[in-house]
Amino acid sequence: MTSVGVLQIGIFLGLVLVCAKPLGAYMARVFEGQRTFMHPVLRWVELLTYKVAGIREDVEQPWTQYTAALLSFSIFGFLLTYLLQRAQGILPFNPQHFGAGNVTPDLAFNTATSFVTNTNWQAYGGESTLSYFVQMAALTVQNFASAAAGMAIAVALVRGFAGQEKRTLGNFWVDETRATVYVLLPISVVAAFLFVSQGVIQNLSPYTDVATVEGAKQTIAQGPVASQEAIKQLGTNGGGFFSANAAHPFENPTPLSNLPSLFLIFLIPGALTYTFGKMVGDTRQGWAIFAAFSVMFLIGVFVCYQSEQAGNPLLAKMGLQTAATSGQAGGNMEGKEVRFGIANSALYATVTTDASCGAVNSMHDSYTPLGGLVPMFNIMTGEVIFGGVGAGLYGILLYCILAVFIAGLMVGRTPEYLGKKIEQKEVKMAMLAVVATAFSILVFSSLSSVVTFSAKGYWNPPGPAIANVNNNGPHGLSEILYTYVSGTGNNGSAFGGIGANTPWYNLTIGLAMWIGRFLFLIPLLAAAGSLAAKKKIPATAGTFPTDGPLFVGLLVGTVLIVGALTFFPALSLGPIVEHFLMRGGRLFSTTLPFHGIWS
Amino acid sequence: MWEQILPGLRIKLFMTVVLGIVYPLAITGISQIVFPKKANGSLIKIGDKVIGSEIIGQNFTKPEYLHARPSATGTNPYDAANSSGSNLGPTNQKLIDRVKASVEQFRKDNPEYQGPIPADLVTTSASGLDPHISPDSARAQALRVAKARGISVDQVNQLISQYTEQPDLGFLGEPRVNVLKLNLALDGQAPQR
Repeated sequence: MTSVGVLQIGIFLGLVLVCAKPLGAYMARVFEGQRTFMHPVLRWVELLTYKVAGIREDVEQPWTQYTAALLSFSIFGFLLTYLLQRAQGILPFNPQHFGAGNVTPDLAFNTATSFVTNTNWQAYGGESTLSYFVQMAALTVQNFASAAAGMAIAVALVRGFAGQEKRTLGNFWVDETRATVYVLLPISVVAAFLFVSQGVIQNLSPYTDVATVEGAKQTIAQGPVASQEAIKQLGTNGGGFFSANAAHPFENPTPLSNLPSLFLIFLIPGALTYTFGKMVGDTRQGWAIFAAFSVMFLIGVFVCYQSEQAGNPLLAKMGLQTAATSGQAGGNMEGKEVRFGIANSALYATVTTDASCGAVNSMHDSYTPLGGLVPMFNIMTGEVIFGGVGAGLYGILLYCILAVFIAGLMVGRTPEYLGKKIEQKEVKMAMLAVVATAFSILVFSSLSSVVTFSAKGYWNPPGPAIANVNNNGPHGLSEILYTYVSGTGNNGSAFGGIGANTPWYNLTIGLAMWIGRFLFLIPLLAAAGSLAAKKKIPATAGTFPTDGPLFVGLLVGTVLIVGALTFFPALSLGPIVEHFLMRGGRLFSTTLPFHGIWS
Repeated sequence: MWEQILPGLRIKLFMTVVLGIVYPLAITGISQIVFPKKANGSLIKIGDKVIGSEIIGQNFTKPEYLHARPSATGTNPYDAANSSGSNLGPTNQKLIDRVKASVEQFRKDNPEYQGPIPADLVTTSASGLDPHISPDSARAQALRVAKARGISVDQVNQLISQYTEQPDLGFLGEPRVNVLKLNLALDGQAPQR
């Protein structure tokens, strides 16, 4: 690790910290329906949306209606995204003439699911599959919509803690609209121009054919990238315009575009902790969560950075310079860009998986085993290290419920959080969410490790599902595991070597995404409904304070222990064993003899 | 029930128009006026012929040019319509074999260079389109380029220093050399024999 590398990580976190309070306070006003400085400019857009959609701003919904509205919104988003992809051949802005043949029904299902659930998994190959119109009208729109939905749910859950003896959680349509109009859209506009000023492209031209200096033919993909890049980062969506995502020079051309790109990922999740504190009437509660986020973020980023800088001993043996010097970055440069080097690649990998973003500026599949373990473990925690927009806050509040429950068990007292008694219903709902996601990750990964299909058949042309991996040995298991971790965690980054664009993978990953999104947030909304109805009980000398270092420690411990206990066996068979094999110089080449249980 | 469902469709269609059409087209329009070059891919023209993009790498094989990093894009290296990394893991035999071949090729092309090979020069980038190599990777090739062009190695090294981009704002990212720009400068200053 270099001091400049550490400095960049520090400055990044400092920026997120500095913006948490002003943006957090602004968002609290937005969601409580108070006037902000943006109202003179944007109030008319909000009102127009209500008018067109037939929404009544003053009606509040109980948790069941709130959930129904969310589901309706998501299902229409899914259908529209699916249809636009399949119909791209007859739609405008399609200079490369991509048709329905480029997006098979299973691929369109996967991508539509992925953009509704804020996963943005790339089974599609951006520049070789989708027209500009689909990128704009389907994917860009869903980037806004799924991010705003995440914020709405987080705010609803916070209202559950903040309110007293209430039946309602707010109005989904209003929250969704306000999040989009007052938060996501203005920041995206500013970010888009910032990106273009660095060299991110924004045009509707056909691809450019050039004859290179040595006379080879090169076709350069074009498109309206910056407008999508902005919301893709801000909304922690992460689905790239190009296959190579934010490693592509047209998506992320300079370190000066890379920093805002990173900053946008953590901006709203960081600020929402302050919004939370403000809405429950005690900002120290929000800062405690911010502190827990920061601790877990820093542990992850330094483990990842250290492992990547140490590099691959098998390459060092060949006479490669793997130590950093003033003239080159050293370390494990396979799958990394020179302009980002090791520090900014490891930072990006950590940030994108702490949050449910999934954008990448380096290829996680080529990381060292422990460097690649960090992103995987980050997602396994449920992405509660800053987390996705909204999703991070509602995820960590779930862990807060579990943490006070565990503390309550230790001292034999009914647990309380923010003056609300945490009872059977809330703990059950929290556990349901944790178990559903673990179930999805482990069951689908196990299935894909053993299931076989006939080669060249419909379901999985390569044959057995493990034949799709790009690397054999434990790294192959890591690829499969990462796939379902990413799908269930609604992250969308990948160990990209796996050939996951087959009906089997598209459908199972799609299912994992639905489970990971809705079986996580519906129980949470149910818990929110039950919390809202409760009375607040005054704090006494016996109340466990949830705004101090002790609670932060307990919360971090709960996240790490739940994650580790659930996934340690799987991790030890993947990245951990690979780490030791790499140190021992073991390589994997030939396909292992394989007989699946169903063959 | 319908009052929960219908707004879903209506708001979706409205958002598609505002966020899916108006927003990207407005950004496109303004970008085309304010940053016309960058918004269109920072293309480099010689005469009226486009020979590449400043920020998209190209493949170089001739000895008189600085070579870029290996590229893992599809069948052709530096295919800018098919960005991709190798996605080879650290214990993959293919990775080790490929790096070994690159190392041998480099040693053959640059027999005078005895130092360690900078890691970036024999590994593939994440996009397969990396326009840069590290300054050390450029200097490691300086002697070969100088010989092939019949100029002094100092002249090449001076160009390398001139074309080394320092970290942005002095601390962001890594120092780097844009291969295409440097090669064009070489052609400008010391035409090939």
